[in-house]
Amino acid sequence: MKKWFVLTVVGADRPGIVAHLTAALYDGGCNLGEASMLRLGGNFTIMVMVQHQGTAHQLQQLVQPVAESLGLRVHVDVSQGGPHQHLEPDVIIRIAGADRTGIVARVTQLLASAGLNILNLESDVAGTVQQPLYIMHIEGQAVAGVAALESALQIIRRDGVDATLQRIDTVIG
Amino acid sequence: MAVRDILLYPNPQLKQVAQPVQHFDAALQAALTDLLDTMYACPGTVGIAAPQLAIDLRLVIVDASCARKPPDQPVHGRLVLVNPQIMEAHGEVLGREGCLSVPDYTGNVQRAEEITVVARDAEGDVQQYQFAGYEARIVQHELDHLDGILFLDRVVSRRTDLFPRKKYR
Ligand SMILES: [Zn+2]
Repeated sequence: MKKWFVLTVVGADRPGIVAHLTAALYDGGCNLGEASMLRLGGNFTIMVMVQHQGTAHQLQQLVQPVAESLGLRVHVDVSQGGPHQHLEPDVIIRIAGADRTGIVARVTQLLASAGLNILNLESDVAGTVQQPLYIMHIEGQAVAGVAALESALQIIRRDGVDATLQRIDTVIG
Repeated sequence: MAVRDILLYPNPQLKQVAQPVQHFDAALQAALTDLLDTMYACPGTVGIAAPQLAIDLRLVIVDASCARKPPDQPVHGRLVLVNPQIMEAHGEVLGREGCLSVPDYTGNVQRAEEITVVARDAEGDVQQYQFAGYEARIVQHELDHLDGILFLDRVVSRRTDLFPRKKYR
């Protein structure tokens, strides 16, 4: 019975990382599940669910040669679950403002105490070096209702941060 | 009446262009009944298109009132659209879609915000409808099925702007 693992790979960005890594996994008999692969700063980061016959250590050894040749660091965790465990977000929250220390902690603490279960958070630092902007998109579930999140956003706005909430009404058809 | 199996992607039949309805007969009524029974058997489903039941006809049902959360705008309720055509479309908006034929996946899709649709009803009479927002999204999703297009063909990356960008006219 093949088990699921979460494979994390980080390294300086260069062409061919995804192709070489996934080829090594395929050659090693692995199946791939859900993945997030993106450039962060000058790095390329991969988090991917991998189904593999052996142990976490064996999976690590499987990808080690290709990782070393590309200058990547690898981390393997045993996964508790496999695919087909999606949760559906029902709100999108957008935060934008001048970048400042603690903005993520402040926003996410307020939203967590208002019942937000974060499913996906993406943030970017935009603007210029002199005047950085912090932009954050959060998809999640309003476990305690939308009104509670709206109240939390009111508090966030008092700090001079733009914060909007939009309900996700998913069409299924 | 019958709840029928829904064709699942990547069944190639979902990629075919459906044929116009020619006869408003008992066979059409039977197809409609199956579509309704199947749609209402899937809670939270707000539309279904004939090709999803392997029925090769330009026939869809929409019912925005079946949404898990009631839509903010007034909606038409259950509508049968036969040989529907979008005559006008305005605005663009991003929203979330899933599909009975693609279980366990939702994605963000750009759609027109308001549309005018001309279609025949179950009796064959020509009707014109205005749809906006959530209901307009359902209609566009279902009409795509008639042309062999799945929302998978239109999903935009999660990392692109997830917010509606209104086009100012
Ligand atoms: Zn569909």
